[in-house]
Amino acid sequence: MTLLLLLPILAPLAAAGLTAALGWRRLTAWVTVLAALAILCCGVILAVRIGARPHLAAGRLLRADGLSVTMLLVIGTVGTLSCWASIGYLDTELTHGHTTGRRARTYGVLIAVFLAAMALAVLANNLGVMWVAIEATTIVTAFLVGHRGTRAALEATWKYVIICSVGIAFAFLGTVLLYFASQHAGAPSGQALDFDVLLAHAGHLDAAVTRMAAGLMLIGYGTKAGLAPLHTWLADAHSQAPAPVSALMSGVLLSVAFSALLRVKTVVDGSLGPAFMRDGLLTVGLLTLLVAASLLVAQRDFKRMLAYSSMENMGLVAVAAAAGTEVAIAALLLHVLAHGVAKTVLFICAGQVQSAHDSTAVDDVTALLARSRLLGMAFTAGMLVLLGLPPFAMFASELSIARGLTQAHLSWALGVALLLIVVAFAALAANASRMLLGPPTDDSPPITLPASVAAALLVGVTACLTLGITAAPLTHLFHAAAGVLGAS
Amino acid sequence: MRPPDYTSVIDLAAGGVLLAAVLIVWRRELRAMVRLLAWQGLALALVPLAEGIHRGDGVLVGVGVVVLALRALLLPWLLHRAVTSDGALAEQRESTPLVNTTASLLVAAGLTMLAFAVSRPLVALDPGAATRAVPAALAVVLIAVFVMLSRRRAISQAVGFLMLDNGIAAAAFLMTAGVPLIVELGASLDVLFAVLVLGVLTGRLRQAFGATDLDQLRELHE
Repeated sequence: MTLLLLLPILAPLAAAGLTAALGWRRLTAWVTVLAALAILCCGVILAVRIGARPHLAAGRLLRADGLSVTMLLVIGTVGTLSCWASIGYLDTELTHGHTTGRRARTYGVLIAVFLAAMALAVLANNLGVMWVAIEATTIVTAFLVGHRGTRAALEATWKYVIICSVGIAFAFLGTVLLYFASQHAGAPSGQALDFDVLLAHAGHLDAAVTRMAAGLMLIGYGTKAGLAPLHTWLADAHSQAPAPVSALMSGVLLSVAFSALLRVKTVVDGSLGPAFMRDGLLTVGLLTLLVAASLLVAQRDFKRMLAYSSMENMGLVAVAAAAGTEVAIAALLLHVLAHGVAKTVLFICAGQVQSAHDSTAVDDVTALLARSRLLGMAFTAGMLVLLGLPPFAMFASELSIARGLTQAHLSWALGVALLLIVVAFAALAANASRMLLGPPTDDSPPITLPASVAAALLVGVTACLTLGITAAPLTHLFHAAAGVLGAS
Repeated sequence: MRPPDYTSVIDLAAGGVLLAAVLIVWRRELRAMVRLLAWQGLALALVPLAEGIHRGDGVLVGVGVVVLALRALLLPWLLHRAVTSDGALAEQRESTPLVNTTASLLVAAGLTMLAFAVSRPLVALDPGAATRAVPAALAVVLIAVFVMLSRRRAISQAVGFLMLDNGIAAAAFLMTAGVPLIVELGASLDVLFAVLVLGVLTGRLRQAFGATDLDQLRELHE
């Protein structure tokens, strides 16, 4: 068991070391893909073997439970697809002279360390270690966002690093306050930040201090999860980063940060009762939905459109977490997984369209379906998932979230959320149809798909379909996660 | 002469951290700001050193030495290098301030009072000598946010970020004698890398935009 918890962290680190030594070439690229695949495999094996009780390893530093295993599955899936597509992406960049061998090596090293940091963040049992891992993701992704080296990319990187570092610093202050409260609740000082110890002592935490800690962590991790009010870095970073990196940030990094909030919520609920975090998450979630929907309406840039759609989905996930019922938690985990895979497919498509047109304006792109069957089909499938249409999984997850909200007597929140989702739906559908349909014009550049990108797209679309048709094998895992998070 | 007792050293250190923050609000020369940051790091390191000696805790003294090396020497030196590197000589001062000095100092005073108000639950939970100094640390956190919001140079923002981090570290040492060792090490490493990243980015911003005035970052917008 311990090996299964260590491998998701060590495998990408080993790949990073190899890339650092040998540079980015076929061998190291495939080793990176394999490392991501190893995370997925560990997740699958753990999912089969995990019971209702969490498993602690490595001197209580690491923990495997329903939530961490679900997040490992998301990291593994999106990581594999993104690293796979990175091969083709970097090949294209190298042939066009947009990047150099040295910068490709940096890219390879950083993307592998990024995966390791995310795996550590979800497997950490100690809230302090979890914080360290999440802050590490900011540092590692800084130069990935700025990989293209343009002025716009630099600007996006600067905003990203400053806003996320400040946000996450608040989360650290919250962690320190929680540690202080936990020590005074009688927890042994070396373990006072361990998730299980915190849960056991939750009832004795000082209410006023816990409230401060919870507020700080909501803002702090919320920043990193793309939740309002500190969301302004998101669209800039996602639109400037290389497509596979955008996919990783949008598809997993946001939800990894959100999973930290879920852990915090469980502890805080045990101390203050559910009302405090419910109100906080509802406010932040609905505000995020409002911001995302209103910025989607007039959006003329397809990468920014995808970024704001991620914000919209994180807002919905926050609202679902506020409901906190077992149905809602299970649904939000399915939502996170389905959104992660679909967003990966979409960002990889967007990267190819961008490199063909040398532009990210919606108006420059038409007739994708007619011009490249595979890319058009993948883009369509991804958009259908985002729009929440059957047979894809986000249809089921959104229905279940609605059910969870009704159960929690939050029908008013459901009404507001639905309204905003409909607005976002209309904006996404209008832009997508403009890009996909219509006859190709004479000056439309040809779209070429490198083999690795095409393969990643095919696998990604298959994963979307599979998730939609049968998510049943995952049900027990999601419910185990809901149990860990104290949902009833 | 009697050795200074524990309480007065703690109070002196917390006061020093806060004083450095206020002086950073006052000064506009980038090099002076970085120097003040080093002094703040020194005052901060006094907290774990004093606590460690007071409790006879060798590990905590060790942590204090690391904090001293990192926050009083290494991090300020990295920022100093970014300020004095080639091409940076043209911009040694903060550009026209958004908020003038007098108003800034008033805001800092107001934030300090706010910090005392919000940290009452913390002092109530553990009314010891160290916890009573926590409001000073939280005041530094608030002042740091204000510096980051009101300054326009990239380096000033980095200074503000480090000050924010110093404030949080001071709060941690005062409340709980620091977080568990592994978290302390991880967090220190994170800060070190964050400052390295900010340093490199400052250089690249200067190359690309010809200056590090953040008002020039306006390519990305809705």
